[in-house]
Amino acid sequence: MPEAILGISAYYHDSAAAILVDGQIVAAAQEERFSRIKHDDRFPALAIAFVLDEAGISFEELSAIVFYEKPILKFERLLETYHAFAPKGFQSFVAAIPLWIKDKLFMKRMLRDELAKFGKIPCAISFSEHHLSHAASAFYPSPFEVAAILTIDGVGEWATSTIGIGTNNKIKILKELHFPHSVGLLYSAFTYYIGFVVNSGEYKLMGLAPYGIVNGKQTIEFKQKILNQLVDIMDDGSIILNMSYFDFATGLKMTNNRKWEQLFGIPPRNPEGEITQAYMNLALAIQQVTEEIVLRMARHAREITGCKNLVMAGGVALNCVANGKVLNHKVFDDIWIQPASGDAGGALGAALAGWYIGSDRLRTPQLPDGMCGSLLGPEFTDKDIQKIIQKYNAKAKHIQEVEELTNETASFLAKGKIVGWFQGRMEYGPRALGNRSILGDARNPEMQRKLNLSIKYREGFRPFAPAVLEEKLTEYFDLDHPSPYMLFVGPVKQSRWIADPVAGFDSPILKRLYHQRSDIPAVTHVDYSARVQTVHLKTNSRFYQLLKAFANLTGCDVLVNTSFNVRGEPIVCAPDDAYRCFMSTEMDYLVMGNYLFNKEDQPVLPEMKKGAKAMD
Amino acid sequence: MEFLKELWVFLKTRKKYWLWPLIFILLLLGALIVLSGGSALAPFIYTIF
Repeated sequence: MPEAILGISAYYHDSAAAILVDGQIVAAAQEERFSRIKHDDRFPALAIAFVLDEAGISFEELSAIVFYEKPILKFERLLETYHAFAPKGFQSFVAAIPLWIKDKLFMKRMLRDELAKFGKIPCAISFSEHHLSHAASAFYPSPFEVAAILTIDGVGEWATSTIGIGTNNKIKILKELHFPHSVGLLYSAFTYYIGFVVNSGEYKLMGLAPYGIVNGKQTIEFKQKILNQLVDIMDDGSIILNMSYFDFATGLKMTNNRKWEQLFGIPPRNPEGEITQAYMNLALAIQQVTEEIVLRMARHAREITGCKNLVMAGGVALNCVANGKVLNHKVFDDIWIQPASGDAGGALGAALAGWYIGSDRLRTPQLPDGMCGSLLGPEFTDKDIQKIIQKYNAKAKHIQEVEELTNETASFLAKGKIVGWFQGRMEYGPRALGNRSILGDARNPEMQRKLNLSIKYREGFRPFAPAVLEEKLTEYFDLDHPSPYMLFVGPVKQSRWIADPVAGFDSPILKRLYHQRSDIPAVTHVDYSARVQTVHLKTNSRFYQLLKAFANLTGCDVLVNTSFNVRGEPIVCAPDDAYRCFMSTEMDYLVMGNYLFNKEDQPVLPEMKKGAKAMD
Repeated sequence: MEFLKELWVFLKTRKKYWLWPLIFILLLLGALIVLSGGSALAPFIYTIF
């Protein structure tokens, strides 16, 4: 009988479930995709039902169930923190303790009660440490036999960052940085102060940083102030935060706004307020500081492990600009980063920890990795799509031959049309990698504006990400490492830059964004960087074929790839989600499985309010 | 009861007996807050637990 392990992450943010069968990753998905509640942190009942179904395993057949962190250790941290800061923190304590007394202290019972709904619980529930789960999710699916492991996030139980070493089937954590000194929380504090939502707006902060004036007087001053007053960075990359400036340990906010305003001379930005140059410079300053910290941690990891390969996970490992810097500085010969680096990935890490740790099971690293392109979610058949066609009385053309389908889609893209691309298994992790994507022509100077205004219904200041044929990567970008999960940023090749003077720093932010600065303007950021996704035939053959068809038609090997979702909702999961999203935005075509939907042919959905807003 | 047993083993393993009085007082205080109907997560910009 096969041995199946279920991994669960829940009750913090981004609940998820993952299943291993005889050590192989078979399925993994976030609960939000099924519940349609963004960052859903509830018990992942729907995700568990999916992974069991996908694996063909009944609940009673599970041989182990592993939760991704240790709640009791977290409770210890909470108590010691309140004790250390007392009497400060009483307000936070009053808000937090009811939740613990009502629920979180009895997590094991809660889990048991929820799991019992699937049937008789067949095995004990184990608990892996938060950062060990991250480390396991980074090392075990990586292609390396031996690697240094770096995990960096906001906070788990006590650890906020760890350095470890993975050797065959074993992981050893060598060093930990403990709460409240946290790179993730430092970055989130700036996310909050600059007016973005903590725990989801960090990407926006990263995207805003390139608008800052590099080596500008204010940027340098901000950086100096951060280093002098807010954070002390040691040679090994560990940090000490000056807690008099931060409120997250004992208060309800992230920052002590009065002190920050005195320090930086600018008030916290109202989320709806204008993003002035000062905020852009502040974003650049903290991005540079973060990169410095990550770089030092990586160098120290190399020193103490002696490994030539690095694997990474944790929320900060999604900072693809910092990842690009670690890559460029050639601290390691090779780097692999877990695509589901956030807490959702903890479910997979917990399952992998359950499989390898404490046993001596053989581990054979796979190439390019063991993640199957992170395409581990549900897949839908043409029959499922037919049901949607019937339900909405939709009009669709069935194209049996993949070549014909990709050629036709490529011809629409080449004409500047925007295409919703729904194929195969859904991605696990925060990025749409070509199976739940909205695609456009990267050469089209109007594409960014069009996607922002007609599809995303926003004036986003971030450019879109390019998907490029892996073998053509170096023709477009100065990046010599594959980036299948959009986790490395690299510059667009200088030969592709347009020599026109760029829109200056005194120009409004969107004028600077929309300024054409390369021959692939829709994916070129204001500093000429791009968040690259390389597409390989082996990991995503249909998306690869589409890129190839587009290249044959236009000579361009790059497409704009942005996530397929509507405002306030997660990335689409099922055909119903996709069709509704297609109809509520101004996408021109939807290609779902072998069906092609032309917007002009579709009946108007009465319940759909035209102009429902979308965002990534 | 299971929780208290686990907590005892945990504190014994971690050699953190000094947390006992703290836990007792905090739980007492917490119970009062719960009974008075205090709310939880809503006021936090970001929860660290």
